[in-house]
Amino acid sequence: MPLPKLSPRTREATIWALYAMGLIPGLWGFYQGATGQIPGDPVRIFEHMLGLWALRFLCLGLAVTPLRELAGVNLIAYRRALGLLAFYYVLAHFTVYLTLDRGLMFSTILADIVKRPYITLGMAGLVMLIPLAFTSNRWSIRRLGSDWNRLHKLVYPILIVAVLHYALSLKVVTGEPAFYLLVTALLLGYRLVRPRLLEARRRLRQASR
Amino acid sequence: EKLTVKPGPYGTTEPQTPKDTVTSYNNFYEFGTNKGDPASNSAKFKPRPWTLEVGGMVAKPQTFDLDKLIADIPLEERIYRMRCVEAWSMVIPWDGFPLAALLDKVEPLGSAKYVAFETVVRPEEMPGQKGYFQPMPWPYVEGLRLDEARHPLTLLAVGLYGETLKNPNGAPIRLVVPWKYGFKGIKSIVKITLTDKQPPNSWNTLQANEYGFYANVNPEVDHPRWSQATERRIGGGSFFGGSEQRPTLPFNGYADEVASLYAGMDLRKFY
Repeated sequence: MPLPKLSPRTREATIWALYAMGLIPGLWGFYQGATGQIPGDPVRIFEHMLGLWALRFLCLGLAVTPLRELAGVNLIAYRRALGLLAFYYVLAHFTVYLTLDRGLMFSTILADIVKRPYITLGMAGLVMLIPLAFTSNRWSIRRLGSDWNRLHKLVYPILIVAVLHYALSLKVVTGEPAFYLLVTALLLGYRLVRPRLLEARRRLRQASR
Repeated sequence: EKLTVKPGPYGTTEPQTPKDTVTSYNNFYEFGTNKGDPASNSAKFKPRPWTLEVGGMVAKPQTFDLDKLIADIPLEERIYRMRCVEAWSMVIPWDGFPLAALLDKVEPLGSAKYVAFETVVRPEEMPGQKGYFQPMPWPYVEGLRLDEARHPLTLLAVGLYGETLKNPNGAPIRLVVPWKYGFKGIKSIVKITLTDKQPPNSWNTLQANEYGFYANVNPEVDHPRWSQATERRIGGGSFFGGSEQRPTLPFNGYADEVASLYAGMDLRKFY
């Protein structure tokens, strides 16, 4: 399914639209929580919602390659925006944890990061995301060359720690975390079979020539 | 429906969690695992008519009609702290009667050492009890030692805020044991059995290293995956007011009343 060809200016506009739309859930949640419209425990609910959106954008970013290679849908122009949106949501998730949730009680926060595996995993994910976010620009891509590709393979362990951080924070694994565990397995599983798949395709193309 | 209630002992002057928060933020997996699920998914549940079977090692096993039981035992208001094992807490004005008053009616035998509780199973009315990804086996079960069950703090609640208990809170009758984590407060009880063996409790069966039989609130003994030293007191409101992080107290602040029940026990082992 080939997508309609966009002029560079229109494509640029759709990328900015993606940033704008992507930030809406977080801004809307903040507005609702700040004005007392989230019943129950607004801080925890908002914090978890930010984490979940980070995971969603991470998965969407990792779906770009299989979508292109399996379905012929090329969304590569949007991958940087998806990755950066994931980073912004992780940053917001962490900020809410530090401030609204733990109230900047650094002694207990540090103990949590060291002692609680699911928090350690979440922290590791954030730390690994930072170099990726800082090299998400054309200058870095040019400068780093093939190192850029190698560096950005960090996104695979990031997805693993992110989904484990989510699953381990719950009392029981229910439908929603199970869904993200499955999506993670599919997205990463594709990377395992990908070299063989591409090789087989190349041979097929050569044979038909 | 309004209940006729007289003030009871053990109150607290701490601010009470608003009623709409208490009725809309719940763990009641029979209706779903999200906190909002019990409020959204419990409209079909019918808490009346209701019978409660009390038997096992008792002289007078009986099946009580709930409305008759409520008419028979005077209701008291008990304003208790409620501490969830997930490190949040509320202050809730319950309406109910001491479990001991019900136990007196059936006359437990000398051989009885424990009390077992069971929640209703109605997949047609409780959407969490059917479909894929059922979080745990049903019925939900809980248990107490007989001396814990007879303790005057231990309450069977049939209402809160002076009104009949709503479905998300465990209508029509639930257990409230304020010095234990909230999961001990089994909801929508249909059966109570006196026994001489420690009865199973659902969370312990599911994850024994994380949830014990006793489940006494204890800031010193962490959940393996998170700290129990502090809790978020849920008060409704917004990000910037209503809820606060506060230290968790031993036995949820009821140590003077209940610590003696566990004299000589290693509470790290019997968590």
